[in-house]
Amino acid sequence: MSTILLLAITGLGLGALYFLVASGLSLIWGLMRVLNFAHGAFFTLAAYTGWMVAAALPSSAPWLVWLAAVVAAVVAGGAFAALTELILVRPLYRRPVGQVLVTVGLALATIALVQGSFGSDPRTFAIPDWMGRTTAIGGAAIPNTRLVTIGAAAATLAGLLAFLQRTRYGLIVRAGVENRDMVSALGIDVGRAFTLVFTIGGMAAGLAGILGATYYGSVDPGRGTAMLISAFIVVVIGGLGSIAGSAIAAILVGLLQQFLNFYAAAGVGDFAVVILLAVVLLVRPGGLLKLS
Amino acid sequence: MTRQTPLLELRDLDVFLGESHVLQRVSFSVAKGGITALLGRNGVGKTTTLRGVMGLVARSGSVRLEGDELVRLPVHEVVRRGVGYVPEDRDVFGGLTVAENLTLAERSRSGLRYDLVFELFPELKERAAQKAGTLSGGQQQMVALARALLNADNRILLIDEPTKGLSPLFVGRVAVALERAAETTTILLVEQNLAVARRLARDAIVLDQGRVQFTGRMETLVADADLARRYLGLATAGAH
Repeated sequence: MSTILLLAITGLGLGALYFLVASGLSLIWGLMRVLNFAHGAFFTLAAYTGWMVAAALPSSAPWLVWLAAVVAAVVAGGAFAALTELILVRPLYRRPVGQVLVTVGLALATIALVQGSFGSDPRTFAIPDWMGRTTAIGGAAIPNTRLVTIGAAAATLAGLLAFLQRTRYGLIVRAGVENRDMVSALGIDVGRAFTLVFTIGGMAAGLAGILGATYYGSVDPGRGTAMLISAFIVVVIGGLGSIAGSAIAAILVGLLQQFLNFYAAAGVGDFAVVILLAVVLLVRPGGLLKLS
Repeated sequence: MTRQTPLLELRDLDVFLGESHVLQRVSFSVAKGGITALLGRNGVGKTTTLRGVMGLVARSGSVRLEGDELVRLPVHEVVRRGVGYVPEDRDVFGGLTVAENLTLAERSRSGLRYDLVFELFPELKERAAQKAGTLSGGQQQMVALARALLNADNRILLIDEPTKGLSPLFVGRVAVALERAAETTTILLVEQNLAVARRLARDAIVLDQGRVQFTGRMETLVADADLARRYLGLATAGAH
């Protein structure tokens, strides 16, 4: 029983990271029809920004250092994403091939920049002692980093849903996901909403970056790319543009990977996720929570 | 056509959709006040003309609203200059409620005509919390019209086939709504239902193969058997 609980919470933790990356990816695609291959770069750059901030601060107050790293990563993710939208993506809104090329190029350049600056090997990310310990839940020793990741993702989900449901910009985003031309035809500057959504997506990816560093205990130049692949799968399974769909799909993917990798064989869980993707595409091509 | 100062003036408007030269140097003007019908057979470029005015398709030439050039403005700026738009397919946001559809259309806190909207379409008030995607076609058309009627500062409304696919009951209600709207706002109306166009419009513009073939009084158009047959597909003048 304790093994099942441990696997479930570890799967939820992994799903939480997937959700944080996928939520921004989903909103960006849903509203702007931009397939943002640079989203993993936001994750990586934010993680390294947080790591640098943590490394530069005195280690006498580990919680403050960790919180400063989180704030720095979120700000860096948002700022990098906003600049990407304003400088690189905006001139290419009517040119999808150009968008793919420029975002793939940015992703590759970012990884190269990080590897050139900090090396290819993972760098240890120091976390407060409490996070390095476990909490007993139902007889299972759950690493506290999993609980932190799940809690942060749940808070982000609640925040995103509140933004979408209770603010005018949220209303614009929901409408824009359905028909952005009509949003413009109501006198609304969709470009501003595009920048905002890119920024929010970047902030969520930045949070995922630093929580990934917390979860794995290190920063790694290749982790953003690996996360991006899983996040794309989550977005498609959940339904393009649907935050709630991304959350459900992220949980499914995380749990499936954990349980099958443990009970079947290493790698079976990853394979099963691709099968799940294929089944969803065949049975419900718009995803689990297809938008109207 | 009318001798009043034009409210909307198109000069040499060209629109290409892919390889097709859909609008070819289209020029006409719309006088301030009342309803002007933009007529023609299917596929002659009526919808593209409205989309060209809005900036929803790439265009060249000149589009002036009371002298202000619109052609280089993005869509939302065209709307903010006072151009309201009701598209052919209604394009309500199906996942949003009726109230959210209307809220989205609000451009300023002052000058919102909810009283007029709910007087014309009282069921929108009753169904405010209902998802627009679950409404009937006629009710969705009410939402689309209501979004355009809501802002009192609109100087012209571009309305594309508002009666398309509606039952006779809804056609009558839409016609009444347009008559009320025309009391305060100029309307450029694309309408395939000639009976409705004749009832509502004072002036008419006829397009054929991407070019303007007629501008003038509606009664002149329908009284000319040759014009009506060639450009509207009517067997005899005065027919519907």
